[in-house]
Amino acid sequence: MFKLVKRLTSVVAMFAVLFTFTTETMAAKKSKTLKNTQKKGFVRCGVSQGLPGFSNADAAGNWTGVDVDVCRAVAAAVLGDASKVKFTPLSAKERFTALTSNEIDILSRNTTWTLSRDADIGLTFVGVNFYDGQGFMVRKNSGISSVNDFKAGVSACTNLGTTTELNMRDFFNSKGIKYEPVTFEKADEVVAAYDAGRCDTYTTDKSGLAAQRIKLSNPDDHMVLPETISKEPLGPVVRQGDSVWEDIVRWSLNTMIEAEEYGVTSSNADMMKTSDNPAVKRLVGAEGELGAALGLDNEWSLRIIKQVGNYGESYKRNIADTGILPDRGPNELWTKGGILYVPPAR
Amino acid sequence: MNFKKILPQLLTLVVVILVFGFFSYNAQVNMENRGITFGYGFLSQESSFDVQFSLIEYDGSHSYFRAYLVGLLNTILVSVIGIIFATIIGVVVGIARLSSNYLIERTAAIYVEFFRNIPLLLQIFFWYFAALRALPLPEKAEPMFGVFFLTIKGFFIPAFIWNNLDIFIYSVIAAIIAIFFVRAYAKKKQENQGTQTPVLLISIGLLIILPLLSFLLGGVDASIEIPVIEQLSKTSFTFKGGLKLPPELISLALALSLYTATFIAECVRAGVQGVSKGQKEAAASIGLTPNQVLKLVVMPQALRIIIPPTTNQYLNLTKNSSLAAAIAYPDLVLVFAGTALMQTGRAIEIVSITMLTYLTLSITISIFMNWYNKKIAIKEK
Repeated sequence: MFKLVKRLTSVVAMFAVLFTFTTETMAAKKSKTLKNTQKKGFVRCGVSQGLPGFSNADAAGNWTGVDVDVCRAVAAAVLGDASKVKFTPLSAKERFTALTSNEIDILSRNTTWTLSRDADIGLTFVGVNFYDGQGFMVRKNSGISSVNDFKAGVSACTNLGTTTELNMRDFFNSKGIKYEPVTFEKADEVVAAYDAGRCDTYTTDKSGLAAQRIKLSNPDDHMVLPETISKEPLGPVVRQGDSVWEDIVRWSLNTMIEAEEYGVTSSNADMMKTSDNPAVKRLVGAEGELGAALGLDNEWSLRIIKQVGNYGESYKRNIADTGILPDRGPNELWTKGGILYVPPAR
Repeated sequence: MNFKKILPQLLTLVVVILVFGFFSYNAQVNMENRGITFGYGFLSQESSFDVQFSLIEYDGSHSYFRAYLVGLLNTILVSVIGIIFATIIGVVVGIARLSSNYLIERTAAIYVEFFRNIPLLLQIFFWYFAALRALPLPEKAEPMFGVFFLTIKGFFIPAFIWNNLDIFIYSVIAAIIAIFFVRAYAKKKQENQGTQTPVLLISIGLLIILPLLSFLLGGVDASIEIPVIEQLSKTSFTFKGGLKLPPELISLALALSLYTATFIAECVRAGVQGVSKGQKEAAASIGLTPNQVLKLVVMPQALRIIIPPTTNQYLNLTKNSSLAAAIAYPDLVLVFAGTALMQTGRAIEIVSITMLTYLTLSITISIFMNWYNKKIAIKEK
């Protein structure tokens, strides 16, 4: 009798384990992050502490920038409203921990895609929304017109915990120049220290230099050297281990770029439903079942284009019209001489 | 009966173990889910980042462990400088607060109230950016005594170039040991015969003669290297040669010592006021000079009150030095828990090492101060 009870309980326990296992895997397919986001009603997005053109808040607390638009696109796709985003400003040092410890669900903060970040610390990069490279800013009257004019003893201000720190070493080492790195946690302090004359040069991504230059007391006294010393593909990052969420963020970004490629804009998106081009019709959800594959409805991409706009609109609004980098350079579509090239949505 | 006594303690222990177990299990599961590995192997990898100021030889080709040592030594350096200056300023201000001179007393009081009521981080920013704004560019710096240059890029001072430095250091250590023996002998002599020995003069003499002998006989040789201005480009200059103290170190040490000195000043004032008036009067009545009263009667008793709270201030100063990260002084937090953490992504490992390091530093200071406290405490027989 006692034996039977014992055996029965073990069977029940086994079933219980099996049952929880199957429900677990089903829930995993539906994406935990997606479920949580829909339950909360907003997308949790990690951004910079203020980098004009990429992620910057105005006096009223409204965030704008190309990095911000990626999060808005995801909110439009997942929740139907691009304004339902909660932004968390993060320093370079805090950003990855915030993502892996579940404080945020997307990190869209001018973050460089590297192998060790992608593979080693529990992160997954989903794409590139800005192709950048590291450059140097110097005082115009210094007579330095190229990186070859730097001499031993040069002091360089930069941000702590970035690829910039590593590139800077590679660069100065390859030139055999002894230099003095002065690293700050916040970009504002880097700018203030460089402005005061603590450093001979300020080095970071060229887009960052262009954006921070306007914060200097006399922006016209400074210039960015023509050379680029590194590749800095910047893009949004998600936690490793939720491939459905990863796909949603990746294809939200891709949708914006592909929309520009096919000439679909926020103003003409609705009309494009009746386009002759099947690729365009797929893009605005008038053909195919692409939304279902991501666990979303079929209007998801249309909402992104209507509410946020395509990549070109976002770039123009945030980076070109603000005078930061009027020339798109490599961030032009592949069809127009740039290197923006995304896989087809089909 | 006995079991009843230890039951609450056992339960507490079980709860503590369960809580820790729960958190470490959770961390393990979460890290596994996200493909994060755990281990301290990264410490021997090449760090590949540079640091602007280091007490030991270091560049990016050294290991992360070496970077940790660089940060640790920089933390110890700024803490030691801070503690020394905070103590000096604190004692002076504390005694000034007891002065019968109204002006001195008020000035000291205003200093204490002003500096202890402003958040430390703000003070650090103030000294750093104020210094950056106020200090001259290298090419405009006026030399002090012809060889010291205080500029926006740092304080450049002459450096000694040594031959056989180790022999010189041994001679100084030998002098210090000899001084200890002389002091012990002088004390014994006074207790036995009642005669005094000029200990101070002998000590100074030893400190001069022994190192001097190392120059004459030990082959020690030192030359002085004076910083020389160097042009980097048309408008930017720096100094070459000599020793450079970065402005970050100077402003951090300044902020830390000015802030902590206010608390030490209050400890000192409390200690001196804690010695009863009767003691001073009694000492004066047996014919001790005011200096002797202070040295032999007041201070030994005041120190017993001063030491324990001052220990706390030393600990605070050491821990507060971690605010260095805000102004680019490469301390343990900036180098190791900052750059190294970012480049490796090993948050749990690095933060745990950093916490243990601060704990060890604090406990070392505590042990030393407790030893000193015991030494000066009343020995009851």
